[in-house]
Amino acid sequence: MSAITHHIPDPMIAAYAAGSLPHAFSMVVASHLSLCRDCRAALGAHQAVGGALLEEATAVAMSQNAKSNLMARLDEPAAPEPVYDAKGIFPGPVMQSLKGRPPRWKTLGMGVKQNILFEDEMGSARLLYIPAGQAVPDHSHSGLELTLVLQGSFSDETGRFGVGDVEIGDETLEHTPVADAGDPCICLAATDAPLRFKAFMPRLLQPFFRI
Amino acid sequence: MSNDKPYSQLTVWLLAVRDHRDRAAFGDMFDHLAPRLKGFVIRCGARPALAEEIVQDVMLTIWRKAALFDPHKAQASAWIYQIARNRHIDILRKENRPVPDELGEDPGTEPDATQILALEQETLHLKQAIAQLHPDQKEMIEKAYIGDLTHQEISAQTGLPLGTVKSRIRLGLGRLRKELKGLR
Ligand SMILES: [Zn+2]
Repeated sequence: MSAITHHIPDPMIAAYAAGSLPHAFSMVVASHLSLCRDCRAALGAHQAVGGALLEEATAVAMSQNAKSNLMARLDEPAAPEPVYDAKGIFPGPVMQSLKGRPPRWKTLGMGVKQNILFEDEMGSARLLYIPAGQAVPDHSHSGLELTLVLQGSFSDETGRFGVGDVEIGDETLEHTPVADAGDPCICLAATDAPLRFKAFMPRLLQPFFRI
Repeated sequence: MSNDKPYSQLTVWLLAVRDHRDRAAFGDMFDHLAPRLKGFVIRCGARPALAEEIVQDVMLTIWRKAALFDPHKAQASAWIYQIARNRHIDILRKENRPVPDELGEDPGTEPDATQILALEQETLHLKQAIAQLHPDQKEMIEKAYIGDLTHQEISAQTGLPLGTVKSRIRLGLGRLRKELKGLR
């Protein structure tokens, strides 16, 4: 936990607290926050700002019966809400997305596997499994991509990323991440745009693999 | 440390609800909090009818999840702020937001009343800092925390006192940690 060196940028933590990040990015941020005390402290600071603003918000009267209606509901049984705790290498937000089940890997070739966790018009999130020594196919980004290491580590032109580290890529980052020796590298990756692979597979196939 | 009402009213209410399921305290908290929450949720973009629904949902969530409130870790208003944003988004999306796992106690710190007071102290400083902002700066901050700015827009805003706030909280906690170690 102490070895994390690549963190979530502060404005992104603020945006996470405020709820203005796309869902896929929120998954990565919440997962990192599950592993990193520093960023958790930053989240606390942002929540405190939000709380201060809330406390001084202009009061708007509630309707007449609001209070009695609510007080009458206090004994209502709460609908059971599934709680997903961290399991093994997967933090709670990933387990929530997996609905408590183990990942269902789909082979992409070269030993690389993925499990798409979430996809909407704002972006997608997936788990990636990369065997030691294997390069993640060289790709450039058309949007923003967050990659959080959950097991093992990878290195690329910008440095080494171990468990808990987040790499942030955008249009300007063209890199070749390679899984380091040791355990296979497992990452949670989220993007707000389809990735453009240069060499790994023909463009036509991309929608098929949804990469 | 003054024994005279050491915690904020909001914290006192929340602790009464958490530890004693105190309905009277919850009712008082509703009177104080619900209209402010409604104003806040409207600022966040909800129409009044939806805002009222969200407020009721947030208040019910506070009642049900009070056991999770830990004043050593979060100020009362900060905890409620996050619930309000989460419930608002969950209701709009009809899907639960990803929330981080609970972290255990920081190694080397014992939960202690001074921690709570330090956090409340931070909140006061924070409110003063916000009150002293230029109106346009304040509006920008508000926009960021009601979810009206994307993170790109937030990062483009330089000169916001976020860094100060964060380092203040960290410094405060760091100082506290040292003091606590000195006590042992
Ligand atoms: Zn971090």
